[in-house]
Amino acid sequence: MQNRRETLKQTAVVAGLLASAGFPQFAHAAFNKAAFEAKSVQDAAKAAGAASMAESKDVTITGPDIAENGAVVPLGASTALPGVKHMLILVEKNPAALVAMFHVSDAVETNFTTRAKMGQSSDVYAVAIMNDGKALWAKKEVKVTLGGCGG
Amino acid sequence: MADPMRISAQASGDKATVRVLMSHEMESGQRKDASGKTVPAWYIQEVTANLNGKQVLAAEWGPAVSKNPFLQFAVKGAKAGDKIAVTWKDNKGESRTDEATVS
Repeated sequence: MQNRRETLKQTAVVAGLLASAGFPQFAHAAFNKAAFEAKSVQDAAKAAGAASMAESKDVTITGPDIAENGAVVPLGASTALPGVKHMLILVEKNPAALVAMFHVSDAVETNFTTRAKMGQSSDVYAVAIMNDGKALWAKKEVKVTLGGCGG
Repeated sequence: MADPMRISAQASGDKATVRVLMSHEMESGQRKDASGKTVPAWYIQEVTANLNGKQVLAAEWGPAVSKNPFLQFAVKGAKAGDKIAVTWKDNKGESRTDEATVS
């Protein structure tokens, strides 16, 4: 349970985020807690605004086939399709699936690379949520070698 | 104050590729310390990028992004001499902004 002090603190943080959001097209940028706490890929995508999900060849996820160090796994998500609203990177078997959510604007290409932590071998997903709520996804398996013994 | 970010922005054609290396612990909230207590989560929640003062990218991150996070993206229409500023905010309310010039 939260006590009053924590609640006040969080309220202040949220207010600060809202105040600094600035530009109207980014006004929704307050932290999407529900999406980041979702356990499954599907729940996270739904919390981020996806209405329906379909696999697509137009979305690309890049990552290593085998990651020696699960603490630093380079993952990239990209698509050439127009009309993308959010781009999501997810790891299916992490405690919370969603790693990162990018809000796409006209000024940037829908091509993001970052590094993620992975607890174990898992499928990784790139999900592009379009302006009409459709979610297009692609997945790839990444094997994580634990302990460096080549297991 | 956290350590500065390292930002490189390289123009090629009609876009600029931006690479950012931030300095942050990115504690996941899953780990336990020696006494068995859970280490509280401490991670970057919000990242924004501005081109010449105009916001071009906003992102939300979870605790699953690696320690000392790396981010790469491409800004359309950016050319040499333009200013790229990147800001992050973590879940403790700390934030940092750094700027680089496109080359």
